[in-house]
Amino acid sequence: MAMIEVSGLHRSFGENHVLRGVDLAVEEGTTTVILGSSGSGKSVLMKHMIGLLTPDRGTVRVDGEEIQGLSEHGLARVRRKFGMVFQSAALFDSLNVFDNVAFPLVERGGLPRREIADRVHEKLDVVGLRGIDDRYPEEMSGGMRKRVALARALALDPKIVLYDEPTTGLDPIATEYVDEMIVSAQERVGVTSVVISHDIGSAFAIADRCAVLHEGAVVAEGTPAELRESRQPFVRRFLALWYQRR
Amino acid sequence: MNDDLGPPGAIASAAHEAREAVVSVGSSTLRLVEEIGGMAELFVQAIVWTLRPPWRIRLLFEQLDFVGVGSIFVVGITGLFTGMVFAVQTYHAFSMFDATGLVGATVALALARELAPVFAGLMVTARVGSTMATELGSMRVTEQIDALATMAVSPLQYLVAPRVVATIVMMPVLTLLFDGVGIAGAYTVAVFGQGVSAASFLSRIRTWVDPQDIEGGLIKAAVFGLLIAIIACYKGFHARGGAKGVGRATNEAVVMASVVVLVSDYFLSVLLSPFWTLHTHGLR
Ligand SMILES: Nc1ncnc2c1ncn2[C@@H]1O[C@H](COP(=O)(O)OP(=O)(O)OP(=O)(O)O)[C@@H](O)[C@H]1O
Ligand SMILES: [Mg+2]
Repeated sequence: MAMIEVSGLHRSFGENHVLRGVDLAVEEGTTTVILGSSGSGKSVLMKHMIGLLTPDRGTVRVDGEEIQGLSEHGLARVRRKFGMVFQSAALFDSLNVFDNVAFPLVERGGLPRREIADRVHEKLDVVGLRGIDDRYPEEMSGGMRKRVALARALALDPKIVLYDEPTTGLDPIATEYVDEMIVSAQERVGVTSVVISHDIGSAFAIADRCAVLHEGAVVAEGTPAELRESRQPFVRRFLALWYQRR
Repeated sequence: MNDDLGPPGAIASAAHEAREAVVSVGSSTLRLVEEIGGMAELFVQAIVWTLRPPWRIRLLFEQLDFVGVGSIFVVGITGLFTGMVFAVQTYHAFSMFDATGLVGATVALALARELAPVFAGLMVTARVGSTMATELGSMRVTEQIDALATMAVSPLQYLVAPRVVATIVMMPVLTLLFDGVGIAGAYTVAVFGQGVSAASFLSRIRTWVDPQDIEGGLIKAAVFGLLIAIIACYKGFHARGGAKGVGRATNEAVVMASVVVLVSDYFLSVLLSPFWTLHTHGLR
């Protein structure tokens, strides 16, 4: 069964018709990478998956449940299945690193302080950040913030993780590290991941399936191998440019 | 022929401009109506979320501290000088008909009913309302509010409810402070500066100022607190468009809240007047 199922999704901002009938299914326990040019609506699509934006038309189902028209309470329940890394990191700038990562743990409640601290440090270790508990977001580089955001999204070991450009702004070593992290989360605990990426190389390395968003719709979808063979003109252009650069 | 009316192009463009003007007045009216509706809804939501667990006491105390304790200095200073200048002016006026003993009572009445709640409201708008709008606005444009929501935490409960409650609670407290400091300032000017007798200053206050006068002022203050916090949170919550958008939200929040404090003061005074006049003895 598809963990996330988007069908016939339309969304405009004023005159700007961004999503024009998106269909996409993300299977449980897989990693799906969304590719597409800047401004094609990847982030907008991702925000629909977690109910931050509501569609003009079409539906989003999570774990078999349609999320439009859910009550505040129902939506919160669905959101507890998710972790999300925002493109902008979106760390709470009034909280230090420790409190940012601890936030979802504290809010869920029921965990003793000791255990929260252990978990926070475990997650920060995973993203390679030690000894910066007391720093505030404004005192960190963009790449560090991104990694704190990753730790925060993973703090509750969610079933589904949405990554909006998790490696943009990271150096090649950190990128490799984050890619491995995404893959290992999937392999170890069967996490369902949706990743937005501009880096086709790392996309192909981590993806079970890729979807290419262009002019408001998914124009190609399949395994990395299938995508390489795609005859779709936009996909060919998109990939050709990348091969040239290498 | 055409000369009388100007060239046809000019007529068309004038008509176009007129139409544009009507449309823009219409759309900004519409926007205002929509905003007021949104603020009313935010108010209801804030109440609902305040009553619903979990109660984050720490957040409420942070806001009580920021709104209340943090405003003591500005409200104290404005209260002191308002009382002093009012004493100077009433002394001059009353000395013309030999009634300088009434300075204390006049200042106290004006402070209790009008000056303290309104001026405290304006100072809280400037200090607290602007901060709330900026804070929530920058959290909105940097997606921190969205991030809260993805963690199944209601931004209304986490951000708006404690701010609204704290401002409603603290405005009357600050108003009381304004009353006290203002009267002390008036006392200093009148008794030490102008030689009004301390006994008549105080006894006239006792006979002319009723608890209802002060209570009415505190009711006003609580209403102002509600309005200021709702306006500031609404503007911040709906900010968009980067740093510029946050600046615009703050600016609009401060202007709107200041105007609303003054306008609603009139209507609250009208509403409170039976409560006040019934209990006023003296003068007549
Ligand atoms: N809240 C919003 N209000 C108005 N327009 C928006 C909003 N969010 C996105 N858009 C518009 O939707 C379009 C798609 O934006 P989106 O952020 O999804 O692009 P993207 O594919 O993620 O691009 P990038 O790779 O640069 O992050 C853009 O034209 C953007 O201007
Ligand atoms: Mg994006």
